[in-house]
Amino acid sequence: MSGMLWILGGVLMVAGAAFLALGGLGLWRMPDTYTRIQAGTKATTLGTLLTLAGIGMIEPGWALKLALIVLFLMFTNPLSSQVMARAAHRAGLKPAPQTRADALADDEGRAAE
Amino acid sequence: MADPFLIAAAALVALALGLALARFLRGPRALDRVVAFDALTIVSVAAIALAGLVTGRAIYLDVALVYALLSFLGVIVAARYLEGGER
Repeated sequence: MSGMLWILGGVLMVAGAAFLALGGLGLWRMPDTYTRIQAGTKATTLGTLLTLAGIGMIEPGWALKLALIVLFLMFTNPLSSQVMARAAHRAGLKPAPQTRADALADDEGRAAE
Repeated sequence: MADPFLIAAAALVALALGLALARFLRGPRALDRVVAFDALTIVSVAAIALAGLVTGRAIYLDVALVYALLSFLGVIVAARYLEGGER
């Protein structure tokens, strides 16, 4: 029955949109660039994947193209977040004062010795 | 119709876009804007797919795919440019 699939797809879609809203909230509330990268890429990636999955259940004929978008997002989002974090570190941005560890700075200090 | 679901999803996506846009406008550093822009584009892919669902036209999915590709390149270029230190 397609009604069941419809409801499941709608629930997935709303759950994904909720993750998107939470990612936006984290982007606004987080104290420094590094934590904003976390909120702005991880939560929104999950939210977009869930939303696209829900749309695929409501419109099964679109599943192939949606799967292509999902695959592409799963490849590119971690890459862009990593590039942004490295750029922030190389540009010398200071993390928030309550940050405990900076493994990259430790590594670079060890390599320089 | 899946109208209640669509309305709820659209409202939440609009909230995410608004918050990311607020961070984009506030900054304070250039890289914060790049991060906000990246989040904006990821949310926009979901928003474009939702628009396709509302209008019932599959062509929106191609738009979303191309948009994801180009915005990803834009974010990478902007981040690489800011690596050398920012103003």
